[in-house]
Amino acid sequence: MALLEMKNIRKSFGDLEVIRDISLRVDEGEVLSIIGPSGSGKSTMLRCAAMLETIDSGEIWYMGERAAWADGHGGLHYPKKAELKKVRSYFGLVFQNFNLFPHFSVIKNITDAPIHNQKRDRDEVYAEAKELLAKMGLSDKADAYPCQLSGGQCQRVAIARALALNPKILYFDEPTSALDPELTGEVLKVIKSLADLHIAMVIVTHEMNFAREISDHVMFMDKGIVEVEGSAESVFNTDNARMRAFLGKLRH
Amino acid sequence: MSFQVMMMQLGQGMLKSMGIFFLTLLFSLPLGLLVALCRMSKSGILRTIMRVYISIMRGTPLMLQLLAVYFGPYYLFGAKLGKNWRFSAIIIAFAVNYAAYFAEIYRSGIGSMPAGQYEAARLLGYSKSGTFLRIIFPQVIKRILPAITNEVITLIKDTSLSFSLAYAEMFTIAKQIAAKETSFMPFLAAALFYYVFNALVAFAMERIEKAMNYYSA
Ligand SMILES: Nc1ncnc2c1ncn2[C@@H]1O[C@H](COP(=O)(O)OP(=O)(O)O)[C@@H](O)[C@H]1O
Ligand SMILES: [Mg+2]
Repeated sequence: MALLEMKNIRKSFGDLEVIRDISLRVDEGEVLSIIGPSGSGKSTMLRCAAMLETIDSGEIWYMGERAAWADGHGGLHYPKKAELKKVRSYFGLVFQNFNLFPHFSVIKNITDAPIHNQKRDRDEVYAEAKELLAKMGLSDKADAYPCQLSGGQCQRVAIARALALNPKILYFDEPTSALDPELTGEVLKVIKSLADLHIAMVIVTHEMNFAREISDHVMFMDKGIVEVEGSAESVFNTDNARMRAFLGKLRH
Repeated sequence: MSFQVMMMQLGQGMLKSMGIFFLTLLFSLPLGLLVALCRMSKSGILRTIMRVYISIMRGTPLMLQLLAVYFGPYYLFGAKLGKNWRFSAIIIAFAVNYAAYFAEIYRSGIGSMPAGQYEAARLLGYSKSGTFLRIIFPQVIKRILPAITNEVITLIKDTSLSFSLAYAEMFTIAKQIAAKETSFMPFLAAALFYYVFNALVAFAMERIEKAMNYYSA
């Protein structure tokens, strides 16, 4: 059973068709990277998966349950409230610009949602959060506020915050693009450690070496369609002209 | 009239001015939030009603509104204006007027919140009300505090408009005594009162703003 399945997704903003019939599938523990030039629709695809955007046509499935489906007559449907809530608990998203809650301390950023939204035991949540912070190398920052942290530290807090809800799959939208180059490494290292833990991930990134190393599957998108996809090796060695041009541009 | 009696009367006026001030804030701050939320609601009718209400409150003199609230029941329904109505009318007029100003402040504060905060909250499973109460509103308060301070300071001085209903607050009393005793002193006392009260309120607001500086957005 697929963890995430997106079938024939289409999405337009006004007259601009941003996603043109894309399907993808992610199994448990699998890592998918989406690469491509900016404006090609990568973020939109991720935001559709995270149900932050509506879809114009197609279906989204999580764990064999339909999470959203367009009926082909302009209508979009979701399951009942309780099921939708369950579906939403399967995934988490790490934003390019973190979107931490600035008025909450680091530890509160991580613990507030599990305590208030999942109604979990406070002590247990705090203990887990401290473990997560240790894993992120941020044990000494529990009581700091986001404004006191570097970008790399903020992003690691954002990852811990998403992990605290125990999602089955995590989405990353260019998690290192807002960071100084010297801070990129620490975040990539953390993401790699998640792959080793067998958490499924979909990662939109411009870090080609990283994508190549971490991914089970790579998708190259251009202008709203998937130009090339397959194993990391096959995609990076493709002779698709657009992909070659894209890689060439990155190198220069 | 002895100096002592004069001071006692002025003191009573002062308490009444402060009463108007605190009661107005007590009612208008929550009411303003409610108005702001209606002003931003999905319902077009509600939005329009609130827009009209706000524009009337901001587009007509507060003194006129005071008179309208006070005499309205008599002219509209022929109701007898009871003894306590004067004070109630003042509080209603002030609260409803200031709620409109506060509503616009709340609205601009809420509108200034980045979409990313809502999206992050949604992904973390916050309900609509949870998102507003735990994530959005606490940040909005910090953002709008300077604008709220401005209105609060203005309110202190605006309480003197109650003289138009001959309510015995500070300014009304000062005017009466000044006329009776042909003395300028009551006005000086009134000025001093408004100035000191202003300074105290400004100081308190500054402390609150500082207390919210534990983070920067
Ligand atoms: N909310 C939106 N409204 C209108 N246009 C949008 C919106 N979001 C994205 N777009 C447009 O959709 C296209 C794809 O954007 P995006 O998915 O962000 O691409 P990528 O992440 O690959 O850079 C761009 O042309 C962008 O301007
Ligand atoms: Mg993008």
